[in-house]
Amino acid sequence: MTSMARNRWQDRIITAAFWSAGIIIVAILAGIIGYVAFKGISSISLDFILEPPRRAGRAGGISTTIVSTVYLTALSLLLAVPVGVGSSIYLQEYTPNHSKFARLVNLTAETLSGIPSIVFGLFGFVFFVIFLDLGWSILSGSLTLAIMILPTITRTAQEAILAVAQEYRENSLALGATRWQTVSRVILPAAMPGIVTGIILSIGRAVGETAAIILTAGSSLGMPLAPTDPARTMSVHLYIMAMEGISTERAFGTALLLVILIIIINFLANLSLKRFSQAVR
Amino acid sequence: MDAQLKMRSENLNVFYQDYQALHGINMNIEANRVTALIGPSGCGKSTFLRTLNRLNDLLEGTTIGGQVYLDEIPIYDKDVDVVGLRKRVGMVFQKPSVFPMSVYENVAYGPRIHGVKNRSQLDEIVEKSLRAANLWDEMGSRLNSPAARMSGGQQQRLVIARVLAVDPEVILMDEPASALDPISTAKLEELIAELKNNYTIVIVTHNMQQAARVSDYTGFFLNGSLIEFNRTRELFVNPVNKKTEDYITGRFG
Amino acid sequence: MNRLYGGAEARYNEIFIEKALFVSAALFIIIIAIITLFIFSKGLPVFLKVGWADFLFNTDWRPTKGIFGIGAMVVGSLAVTLSAMIWSVPLGLATAVFMAEIAPRHIGQLLGSLVELLAGIPSVVYGFVGLLVVVPFIREHMGGNGMSVLAGAIVLGIMILPTVVNISRDAIQAVPREYTEGSLALGASHYQTIAKVIIPAARSGIITAVVLGMGRAIGETMAVVMVTGNSSIVPASILAPVRTMTSNIVLEMGYASGDHQAALFSTGMVLFIFIVVLNLIVNRVAKAGDINGKK
Repeated sequence: MTSMARNRWQDRIITAAFWSAGIIIVAILAGIIGYVAFKGISSISLDFILEPPRRAGRAGGISTTIVSTVYLTALSLLLAVPVGVGSSIYLQEYTPNHSKFARLVNLTAETLSGIPSIVFGLFGFVFFVIFLDLGWSILSGSLTLAIMILPTITRTAQEAILAVAQEYRENSLALGATRWQTVSRVILPAAMPGIVTGIILSIGRAVGETAAIILTAGSSLGMPLAPTDPARTMSVHLYIMAMEGISTERAFGTALLLVILIIIINFLANLSLKRFSQAVR
Repeated sequence: MDAQLKMRSENLNVFYQDYQALHGINMNIEANRVTALIGPSGCGKSTFLRTLNRLNDLLEGTTIGGQVYLDEIPIYDKDVDVVGLRKRVGMVFQKPSVFPMSVYENVAYGPRIHGVKNRSQLDEIVEKSLRAANLWDEMGSRLNSPAARMSGGQQQRLVIARVLAVDPEVILMDEPASALDPISTAKLEELIAELKNNYTIVIVTHNMQQAARVSDYTGFFLNGSLIEFNRTRELFVNPVNKKTEDYITGRFG
Repeated sequence: MNRLYGGAEARYNEIFIEKALFVSAALFIIIIAIITLFIFSKGLPVFLKVGWADFLFNTDWRPTKGIFGIGAMVVGSLAVTLSAMIWSVPLGLATAVFMAEIAPRHIGQLLGSLVELLAGIPSVVYGFVGLLVVVPFIREHMGGNGMSVLAGAIVLGIMILPTVVNISRDAIQAVPREYTEGSLALGASHYQTIAKVIIPAARSGIITAVVLGMGRAIGETMAVVMVTGNSSIVPASILAPVRTMTSNIVLEMGYASGDHQAALFSTGMVLFIFIVVLNLIVNRVAKAGDINGKK
């Protein structure tokens, strides 16, 4: 039957087309990572990581930018995690399910997550740097970054808490526990893997963020000590070096370190996610 | 004066939003006895059980009319400390839900949240409760193993031990054996018979034979009303109300 | 042991904790209120002084002379975004269908992890690779400077792929099995089922994916500013350089002051309004889709 044969032929073409889509994605990813790795590997050395930039980045390493990145990320986590986890606890455990307040908070969190980083940068600049007079500093940058990662943390924390079996709550309360005792001793420990996954994902976002950081943490190449010091993170450093044509090899080295960092973070997030699905049987 | 009333309800009405789940329930619960609540699905027996430890407070839109008394103290009063109430009136649920912790931690959970910090005190309480729940022989040497690995029957007894650890006076049980196999069920019923010496027990069950075996008093619920309440023997052998008789003889489920 | 009354000390602790948690939730509302307040307070004056139509449509951007027309940048943003979407949306959709319906289980999951990785790579890295690979390629094989709308479209398209893929895939996987099984039981082939039953059923989710992808594209700054050449005139062709609204802000904030800086805030304000409105629409569409598509 010729129509059947033609169908099979058509089917094969369509299948091939779909497979190509998948292959293209893999190719793009492999291409980008491969290219950065190939070009950047020669720049990576212990010196590169441990020495500070000299001559505006033309020489030396990128130690100060690595420290800045870690410092900035850590401080924004310190600010965002309590607020993010605290608010999800409140929304899941202390308010009725579809209360107006809960819906409003979730709507604002979603809206926040859609705002472009450059707008956050503008806000951080006018509010933290100028209005609160914190200047270009790790503090201004972290506060801005904390706001940017809040929605992710709160959304994943809410899902994690929601997934904790209702029976635990009932049983704990029936034993005479207060709400907070139930939350702190039973629910949070059970939800921890999911919450941790969200935090790890936020780290990834924080490390790669550039537009907002440039406008709030400045671009000074010094080693930041106090939170009031300005700082240049790895992403910002890469941007400046690329735009001003400073040291392509060091730029590749920075790019490669960033990519490796992201791969590690993604891997950890996946591990954490697996632990989460096991805990929620 | 005959046996004391540990708890009683007076004209108890329960509303979920506009739906009336319980109509004017008047029931007495005698101390150190087992009172069983039977009836078809959705008849209100579980709802009634949950009024005894105010667990229905957790459901939104629930309103209560009438009163429930524990040792003649009204528990639906404004100033009542619900946390304290639940320490005196404990509950075992249908699905044995052990916390994701070790056996020891599960049992120690209750005393800990009520302020017991001393390790040797906790050890004592844990052993006493596990013994009372007939679990010490099996789990006494494995207190640190995760509770989730225990069998269904063991988990249910662990849940009971957990409740016993807070030293309640009343133990409420909501279909405690429906998720268990026959052997575990038999063990559970043995346990209930022992426990009533020291505690007052109210048990909801859809298994009439179980009610007949285990309880001293039985209340038959239908469509949110208490149709009949009597000594178990009387209710099963000489039911007064026709609906009770129909239910017991299996004319409806 | 009448502990039915009292226990007030424990009560105070609980109340304090509850209030603290409430504040952390309320913080979201406070934050977005402050953001709106400050962005508008900085952006509205110049916006109104120049006049909204002039600001948005005038293609003359000469801040040193006090002329603030972002028309060229608006066209730039739209040009780069739409060209990115033209190739990225079909590819993303096809990949989503592939992952959800065609690929064997473990390959679908593997691909999912790879897409996640793609999503995590910082925009500066994309921009950097775009600058060193895409731009020279265009310059040598197609003409022009290389820094162009096309370069931006390629880089941006790659960046919004994960958004399009993930949300579309979720929408496709959410289509009830009964639809698929019903179609196959009537003798339709797998592909016919995909085209005529699954995709239409997942329609609202797919639209959401596309709209969110567009939102991401318009808001993207770093990758775009590194490959598009940043000339502040309307691009004549796809090979011409272009400047987007976001690029404009990040390039000039370093040295702008007074009205110039305020005009950049006005640009940010326009972006802010656009994205917020877009998200609200997406929310409505997603909710309507839920009601129609699910039981």
